[in-house]
Amino acid sequence: MSTPSCNSALSSIGKKAVMALTGLVLVGFILGHLSGNLLFFKGPEVLNAYAQWLHENAALIWTARITLIVSVIAHIVAGISLTLENRAARAGGPAVEQTRRASWGSLTMPYTGLVVLGFIVFHLLHYTFQSVALGGQTFPLASNPAFTDVHAMLVAGFSHSGVSAFYIISLALLSLHLSHGVSSTFQTLGLRNERWRGRLDVLAVAFGWIVFLGFSAIPVSVLAGCIK
Amino acid sequence: MVKDNNSHSAEHVLNLRLRVWRQRRGQPGAFEEHALQGVSTSASFLEMMDMLNEKLVRDGKEPFAFDHDCREGICGMCSMTINGMPHGPLPGVTTCQLHMRNFRDGETITVEPWRARAFPVLRDLMVDRSGFDKVIQSGGFISIRAGSAPEANATPVPKDVSDAAMDAAECIGCGACVASCKNGSAMLFVGAKVTHLNLLPQGQPERDRRVLAMVRTMDDAGFGNCTNQGECQAHCPKGITLDVISHLNRDYLGARVKAFFSSTGKVRRGGD
Repeated sequence: MSTPSCNSALSSIGKKAVMALTGLVLVGFILGHLSGNLLFFKGPEVLNAYAQWLHENAALIWTARITLIVSVIAHIVAGISLTLENRAARAGGPAVEQTRRASWGSLTMPYTGLVVLGFIVFHLLHYTFQSVALGGQTFPLASNPAFTDVHAMLVAGFSHSGVSAFYIISLALLSLHLSHGVSSTFQTLGLRNERWRGRLDVLAVAFGWIVFLGFSAIPVSVLAGCIK
Repeated sequence: MVKDNNSHSAEHVLNLRLRVWRQRRGQPGAFEEHALQGVSTSASFLEMMDMLNEKLVRDGKEPFAFDHDCREGICGMCSMTINGMPHGPLPGVTTCQLHMRNFRDGETITVEPWRARAFPVLRDLMVDRSGFDKVIQSGGFISIRAGSAPEANATPVPKDVSDAAMDAAECIGCGACVASCKNGSAMLFVGAKVTHLNLLPQGQPERDRRVLAMVRTMDDAGFGNCTNQGECQAHCPKGITLDVISHLNRDYLGARVKAFFSSTGKVRRGGD
């Protein structure tokens, strides 16, 4: 048995580990982002104070941003590489295709991933750079015009039904992506067995639903006129 | 999911329409359609293929080439994708143990070879599975001094370890995992072999080298990457579970970390 040298190109399992570890970072971010967003329902003061606190902690926000950018890029590069290799390895597949067990979420991972990427770009342009779908409006905070009135910006942004619909559909696809990805992460890192697989699958689906319902509650409540 | 009822008393005959893949090595292939009458419901799928081939020979046509050997479900040679399912619609059996009572009279059955880049078609329904042999050659063994039989109880093996290793060792290397995988991945096979040997005390000295070498060979052979969908487990005739892939991932990542932080040796003085 020859001792394999440590080559620079990542192996199949190496790339999968990159997907899993960066996926975990992104799941952590989603949880943090969701908890922050739910402050929307506590009223403008609480949400804007939270946003102001984030922006006053430049070190924190930039550490998070850089970690996220690196994770997203690594997740996308490894994902594209794995998907292309898998397409080639399948060689077209059988003429009659049958699926016994693979979940819908697992079969659509590359597609839901692409839609989520498009959504992230739009979301950044929309609320971080405020350059699209806000009609050129700005939202200076009354108490401190250097900061944005995030609550007013969200209400204005989600008052547009087309934009809200795009958010809700994208969130549904993100949740579908997570319903497979979260459980898959444990398998890839070797932290799953038959006893835990069912439980982790349920946890992943539950997490997907929490993310979907938690995030989409904001555009739904604005559209329904509950929050103005 | 079709249930195999073992009622041999209710034997019937079936008239079938067969769409079977015809291909010569290196050339494009296509389906050929044949009608086959009077197939006993007690016949195995391979016996039905034998009937078809006998009919073709009688008609002066070329029979279909397909792999088979023991016809007892233990050798792993038979390898057909039947109606899109490797080894056919009955879970937990190989093609040779699939009986025609699992099909309906008048049914059209599509028979094609394992489809994967790493399993090129040799002829008709036969594919080249030497990619698996290369994986085994790279680490699917233990290095011992061959000689007289060792004392049976010299190496104690805990019962739970022995059970788990033997569960993994059930893999017959047929390749249904690769054929059923939407990514053409061989990780169920490689995971079964690594789990089998890496669990047992005899496999410990080469544990890390084994997993690194087998994964490297698996990648080089052109197999795809597991996306944890579980199609392989659902089609494996021996019921190998995704546990072995989790074990493979754990052993591989552990071995890579250990290799990365392994000792660089004594400090050399006076140049290298």
